[in-house]
Amino acid sequence: MPRISFDQVAKSYGSVEVLPPFDLTLEDGEFTVLVGPSGCGKSTTLRMLAGLETLSGGEIYFDDKPISKLEPKDRDLAMVFQDYALYPHMSIAKNMSFALRLARVSKSEIEEKVKRVAAMLNISPLLDRKPAELSGGQRQRVAMGRALVRDAGTFLFDEPLSNLDAKLRGKMRAELAEMRDTIDKNMVYVTHDQVEAMTLGDRIVVMSDGLIQQQGTPEELFKAPVNTFVAGFIGSPTMNFIDGELVDEKGTSWVRGDGFMLPLPVEMGQRLGSLAERRVTLGLRPSSFTMDLTTGAPIELNVVVSEYLGAQSVLVTRCGGTEVLVETQSAAPIKAGQMQSFGVLIDEIMLFDKTSGLRL
Amino acid sequence: MQTANVNRLTPYMFMAPAVIVMAVALLYPIGYMIYASFLDWNPSQRIGEAEFVGLRNYINLLGDASFRESFWVTLKFAAVVVTLEMCLGVGLALLLDRNIRGMSLLRTLFILPMMIAPIVVGLMWRYMYHPTVGIFNQTLKGLGFEPIPWLSDGDWAFASVVIADVWQWTPFIFILSLAALQSLPRSAMEAARIDGATGWQQIIYIKLPLMMPVLIVTALLRLIDAFKVLEVILVLTNGGPGLSTEILSLRISRTASEFRELGEAAAMSNYLLILLLILTFGMFLYNKAIEARAARLRRAAQEET
Repeated sequence: MPRISFDQVAKSYGSVEVLPPFDLTLEDGEFTVLVGPSGCGKSTTLRMLAGLETLSGGEIYFDDKPISKLEPKDRDLAMVFQDYALYPHMSIAKNMSFALRLARVSKSEIEEKVKRVAAMLNISPLLDRKPAELSGGQRQRVAMGRALVRDAGTFLFDEPLSNLDAKLRGKMRAELAEMRDTIDKNMVYVTHDQVEAMTLGDRIVVMSDGLIQQQGTPEELFKAPVNTFVAGFIGSPTMNFIDGELVDEKGTSWVRGDGFMLPLPVEMGQRLGSLAERRVTLGLRPSSFTMDLTTGAPIELNVVVSEYLGAQSVLVTRCGGTEVLVETQSAAPIKAGQMQSFGVLIDEIMLFDKTSGLRL
Repeated sequence: MQTANVNRLTPYMFMAPAVIVMAVALLYPIGYMIYASFLDWNPSQRIGEAEFVGLRNYINLLGDASFRESFWVTLKFAAVVVTLEMCLGVGLALLLDRNIRGMSLLRTLFILPMMIAPIVVGLMWRYMYHPTVGIFNQTLKGLGFEPIPWLSDGDWAFASVVIADVWQWTPFIFILSLAALQSLPRSAMEAARIDGATGWQQIIYIKLPLMMPVLIVTALLRLIDAFKVLEVILVLTNGGPGLSTEILSLRISRTASEFRELGEAAAMSNYLLILLLILTFGMFLYNKAIEARAARLRRAAQEET
């Protein structure tokens, strides 16, 4: 289980540069999630690591060994594909044992390994079937099983859950999380789904437009995003962004905009005191609102729609001209079509530079 | 009630023109041929004047050594050319299934032979096989080897017609195999690479098995075609020397035009037709089996979900 480091790795197709040179280090035994919107280069990064794409520049090291010239099979890794990539003409058992058979592992050992993994994934009764005879979820498990049987040092997952329906995806996500804790291997997981990223990752690498925006633990990304992209990408419902400016009044720093004026926490006010009059973007998570007006700074919002989700409701509201999402407990229902006062937990306020998008 | 009947008939009325054309253009000649095969019929006679001889033509043929020889040559020719063409065509497809500069031009060049009229192919090869001025013997002579009797020795003549046919029809297998290869699931191939399969192992364990349905149909199509080949051999050897390259369709043509035995030629055609029907029926059964299996798999998968 090597420590994997990307050193100035770059990728271009012809004259189109999809990944400018970047560095990235994946620690031994970590579950790393590469997350970002479609076309951000996350899959390309994974495929370069797998050896399915060549590098246009730089080098990838497993510990201190350069591997970019090695064939995929010589990199000691296993991969789960988005469309499962099972061999349609082989039975499930044959699918799972293909790599072992190629490696000339003894028959009894193959049988033992396949049986063990099949039992672990609850696919033992399916071993004699062909992939076409399985449902999507079962194929998914087989794909996972084929990777696990290998006992490779590094596991790569390329959006493994994106072809499943929502319910099954949730179930498989939980099973993956369990697997992560029981199997001590390097795992690199690519997804566009921030929920998967947050629930599975020891460390998350957020990518956009071929650039690594930020990497860190789920908590770091949620609590201290470096810019508006990461702040907007991580967390559900997504963060609200409202234009505003910094002002100093009555000895306190405030952020003021169309329809609101909120005090900044003392520490933030001191830090940003010199930036008065600066145009900023205010970032507020939907969970940063409270109905209890004594614990938060007051804000008046025009409730447009109330989306009932069960225990929680998401209110779509307007603050001046900007749409603002607010998460509330359904136990205290709020009618749509009226002005409503909320408290804002000011410790959770985030401010971003208006032009660069960087967090202040 | 009246309207309902008319409505039920509507589809058949739409089909009627096509059915009539089919019947006239296809079934009438076949019926004519089957009828003719029971006659002792000379081209100078009108069909009504010919004597009805029942199955005599068929029975005579079975006892005719040169017909049996011809039948054997046909089987041998078809088996040899289809085997060679499959190996070469699939091999070429595996080699050329990649993106390099100029590949599309190369692919177009490869399929050119298929587009040339068979008579022209025959003439072309006859010049190349020419014992003194042909390019093959010229080259051999230039290199200091003995010239080869391409078309004048029985075994060489058979090899020569095989080479010409392989040259013309390998591209057919090639383009169909290439299309099959390029439609294979790319991720399965990538999975195989990660699973540790070398290039050869990918071909043997993944690519060929996945191409197999297409390859089987392609081989059957080629086989049916190979049984009917006429022009190239007609021009190259006219069946000689002796009977070494006299395939069935050539013998049929000669029986009708040279020996003036229309009834016997018709009977021979029917033997060939039966052989082709068996092959076609085999292909049909194979397709049915594939479809039935796919349907069963789909049902099984649906029941699971």
